[in-house]
Amino acid sequence: MPKVSMTVNGKPASGEIEGRTLLVEFLRETLGLTGTHVGCDTSQCGTCVVHVNGRDVKACTMFAAEAEGADVKTIEGMAASDGALHPVQKAFQDHHGLQCGFCTPGMVMTAAALLESNPSPSESEVREYLEGNICRCTGYHNIVKAIMAASGQDVSRVAAE
Amino acid sequence: MYAFDIERPATIADAIKALSAEEALALAGGQTLIPTLKQRLAAPSRLVSLSAISEMQGVCRADDGSLCIGAGTTHAEVAGGAGAYPALAALAANIGDPAVRNRGTIGGSLANNDPSACYPAAVLGSGALIITSTREIAAEDFFDGMFATALEEGELITEIRFPVPEMAAYMKFEQPASRFALVGAFVAKYADGVRVAITGASEEGVFRWSGAEDALGADFSAAALDGLSLEGAGMITDLHGSGDYRAHLAAVMTKRAVAAAG
Amino acid sequence: MPKDGGIGASSKRREDVRFLTGTGNYTDDINMHGQAHAVFARSNVAHGRIKSIDTSAAEAMEGVLAVFTGEDFAEVGGNPAGWYIESRDGTAMKEPKRPVLAHGKVRHVGDAYAAVIAGTREQAEAAAEAIEADIEDLPAVVNMDRALDGADGFVHDEIGTNEVFDWGWIEDNRAAVDEAIRTAPHVTTMELVNNRCIPNALEPRASLATYNPGSDEYTLHTTSQNPHLTRLLISAFVLGIPENKLTVVAPDVGGGFGSKIYHYGEEALVLAAAKKLKRPVKWTATRSESFMTDAHGRDHETRIELACEKDGTFIAVRTETKANVGAYLSNFATVTPTFLHGTLMAGNYTVPNVYVNVKAVMTNTAPVDAYRGAGRPEATYSLERVIDKAARELGIDPIAIRRKNFVKPDQFPYTTPVALQYDTGDYDALMDKLEEIAEVSGFEARRAESERNGKLRGLGINSYIEACGIAPSNLVGQLGARVGLYDAATVRVNATGNLSVMVGAHSHGQGHETAFAQVVAEMLGIDAGMIDIVHGDSSKIPFGMGTYGSRSLAVCGSAMVRATEKVINKARKIAAHMMEASEADIEFRDGAFSVAGTDKSVAWGEVALKAYIPHDFPLEDIEPGLEETAFYDPANFTYPAGAYACEVEVDPETGKVTVERFAAADDFGNVINPMIVSGQVHGGLAQGIGQALLEGAVYDEDGQLLSASYMDYTMPRADDLPFYDIDHSCQTPCTHNPLGVKGCGEAGAIGSPPAVVNAVVDALQRAGRDVPHIDMPLTPARVWAAMQD
Repeated sequence: MPKVSMTVNGKPASGEIEGRTLLVEFLRETLGLTGTHVGCDTSQCGTCVVHVNGRDVKACTMFAAEAEGADVKTIEGMAASDGALHPVQKAFQDHHGLQCGFCTPGMVMTAAALLESNPSPSESEVREYLEGNICRCTGYHNIVKAIMAASGQDVSRVAAE
Repeated sequence: MYAFDIERPATIADAIKALSAEEALALAGGQTLIPTLKQRLAAPSRLVSLSAISEMQGVCRADDGSLCIGAGTTHAEVAGGAGAYPALAALAANIGDPAVRNRGTIGGSLANNDPSACYPAAVLGSGALIITSTREIAAEDFFDGMFATALEEGELITEIRFPVPEMAAYMKFEQPASRFALVGAFVAKYADGVRVAITGASEEGVFRWSGAEDALGADFSAAALDGLSLEGAGMITDLHGSGDYRAHLAAVMTKRAVAAAG
Repeated sequence: MPKDGGIGASSKRREDVRFLTGTGNYTDDINMHGQAHAVFARSNVAHGRIKSIDTSAAEAMEGVLAVFTGEDFAEVGGNPAGWYIESRDGTAMKEPKRPVLAHGKVRHVGDAYAAVIAGTREQAEAAAEAIEADIEDLPAVVNMDRALDGADGFVHDEIGTNEVFDWGWIEDNRAAVDEAIRTAPHVTTMELVNNRCIPNALEPRASLATYNPGSDEYTLHTTSQNPHLTRLLISAFVLGIPENKLTVVAPDVGGGFGSKIYHYGEEALVLAAAKKLKRPVKWTATRSESFMTDAHGRDHETRIELACEKDGTFIAVRTETKANVGAYLSNFATVTPTFLHGTLMAGNYTVPNVYVNVKAVMTNTAPVDAYRGAGRPEATYSLERVIDKAARELGIDPIAIRRKNFVKPDQFPYTTPVALQYDTGDYDALMDKLEEIAEVSGFEARRAESERNGKLRGLGINSYIEACGIAPSNLVGQLGARVGLYDAATVRVNATGNLSVMVGAHSHGQGHETAFAQVVAEMLGIDAGMIDIVHGDSSKIPFGMGTYGSRSLAVCGSAMVRATEKVINKARKIAAHMMEASEADIEFRDGAFSVAGTDKSVAWGEVALKAYIPHDFPLEDIEPGLEETAFYDPANFTYPAGAYACEVEVDPETGKVTVERFAAADDFGNVINPMIVSGQVHGGLAQGIGQALLEGAVYDEDGQLLSASYMDYTMPRADDLPFYDIDHSCQTPCTHNPLGVKGCGEAGAIGSPPAVVNAVVDALQRAGRDVPHIDMPLTPARVWAAMQD
């Protein structure tokens, strides 16, 4: 079987794959990084979002072979080595931006990518950027709030609650 | 998925060679092909990934002023790099979702010719030229009905050249679930006339609305379209809307595109 | 101010850290040494007779370890419906068997008729495709009217009908209601469709079974809301594995919404396969399988009549409903359209007489089960839509007509004509609060602004009440429930003073690990960080009926309170012994025991340690150890209620509806963690708005599921929804459980659909369009079509 090598969360990672091995399968099954989830088979739910060379992509819709030499970041690589949460992770906890947790890794990775390119997004920019991430639990209210808060905006008055 | 090998050539020439193998398929961004493979609806022996071919990537301006886009350029790169053609950049910026835009490519979208895709409207609405590994194909000759194109087996789109219009806009009414175009209208005004292309609506795929083109050629204003309509017959009917609804939306979206362009 | 980590504090959720860092432990994340993989062969026709299944080619393929068909399970039991319903004429409901794998016939698209176990998932997939099944296509039973006529044949030939039951509630009311409607000054009638929804928990179902031949013990890791109930069903009804030999673990579960109550055939299959092969067997659904085979929700067709005086005073309500239960009876299939629906048909109102008729209909579609709200959204929708229409017909303000008929605070406890006794509530206070947070007085200005932008704006109002905290066993037993609906908890104080609290309710997003700990922390006066909530593992927890029906805190939380009280009582004894005082003189406050009137005191930790070092215990009075269990069975349902307001804009050119504002005032009784409660409301609102505007499972006349992926089934996304204005400060605590809590998980999904539809109809009516109703989901195409008529 062919071999693939890449950098995952700052560390070299390699393994044997088939042509049909998806990046998400390589991460979950070969590397044991099960934080990246699979919630659909049509590239829409966004639970599998990771960063490849700094860009948010759906790891279920990319072959592992295509990540040869790439720099991949997953949810497991977001917190600091001392365990301190990434600002997006912390905002999700502070603002209750997650319930069952299944969509959460994809949401966090997508939100982090948004804030890289748009450090202070408006509510509608956040909502639009989440077009490819489905959450069934939160009604998105606290996810949107958390992402805006992570960008340093005051979210105390977004709604009566 | 069925088993297959995967190759990542670095040049167009190597890609063409690799595609000559029996049951080989080109893999562009994969955003449609990979879900199809998961459903076991295709059984290639070999996928030839185009993602490592740098000569197929990027946006530039040709001497005649037209905008050249490498077929392997992602939607996100077009959104960021096609500033010279704002309507096209805006269209690219609204395809799928951000993660899809970071993988999906213009060439892949055109080769697939999904009847609800956005790019075919831009290509037909701009009278763009499709450059392939073997020839140049005019937009009019490229699209050949739902999921069908003029591409021959083993032929690759390498570049698309868009003449830049004086003004243009694309308006998409999204199918609520997939967020593809339930109907999309691309309107472009050139010195020699107006082009209107409608995607998402017809059972024959993207098409030009000549009635609207004539009316707008005489008077480029939304009001010029008053009273013009399309027939519901021949339009797609599905659980998201009837043919009549799509015909109606095509007119509404065209008007809105004209207003946005003006 | 509530104490940090105590009752009433918005404590941050402790479970979040693992979910945020990718260290959650969902079933598909678990891999066992030597694990094999199961893949199912599923029907691509809605209805067919299985003439033969040839598995020989599949068995010969690389990596294949075993192939199962329905024949292999012909002798094992079926999965029963959890509730027995009697028809109006006294006959028993029809109860066809739900087998592990389809046997004889396939009955819906996706119905599994064979399973392949192989070394890898890819090998199993390839072999499943190689199974040759000769299935004779039969006419699909899809339409409910045709199903009742038997025009397309029977889903289950052996019962000779597609009607499961024809239920009347309350049959004794029938004649009086008929008479009231015949003679009423005004009757408003509506025909309504409550659209079928697909729950779509983001985690697809998955099951992993292991078997130890040495001890004959099985372990099933599975995506369940109720691991003990699943164990009970497998043990007592399906496979007959003794409960003491079967452990069911529901680890982290990625949402349920009702769809993970049901015990599915895949769970039994992997257990049987693990035993046969003596190696772990895992199955994980693809989303496509989820769409076809997860239990769906709703799917009612209802005719409702509301009789009123000319001044809007309600006289009577009569409904006739056909409830589609799909191809097999799921565990809650029979109770959802009956006792969780008909009993709520008086709403928040003093309507003197109500009669409800429900026919349950089998069709060649996926089984329907409880889905967030389960029956109560259907009741609320019917009632609140017809009230809105009546108000319009009578020229009465929609808020005024509701206020006029509300049960008033001094009428509680209030017994309805459909046999519930509401213990407490204040519906006018909720409506007052709603008018405030929805800024109803500013609506006209906002409408004018929309109009200037070419949009039609409408305001929709409704109330709801739900019966939650399911359920008092003595009552539901009389009504046909086949199980008790108590719950259980064990509070284990470890020697160093920290606690492991084992609870029967399962948390799959509800935040029990945080909120339940807050309750115990408050009761013991200790830091919540000392308390761990353990759930989801049948080998660790005494028993539990699981999480659904907004019952976790009201029922299981009450069990936990009782067990904690027992712990305190015993600790008091130990403290008295330690301080050589009389037990009656011991006071317990802020985590310390003291002797009244003295400065003698022992801390919580000292007492805990003493319990496990009983060197000088009077053993005839005090046992060593500090651990107590309690089972709690509620005395009544709880009755959360609320008032909701939705403001929409309709684009008259396209029919597209956007939700501009949504306000919800809810009475959940006492609130343990306001942050978590708000989150539960938000999620429910999104599901209700989704049902109203976006979601619909659509089968064609051949029984093919057209909305079979996210490409065609519209899930609410972030840009479909606004920020919600919510409030839960109107609190009339439940009168019969120790925490005074009512439950909050389903409210949003129950109260929101009529608010949305009322708002869209209001927008169209204000614009002069005579559109009395549009069926959900109010897609752009439907709204546009309604405007063309």
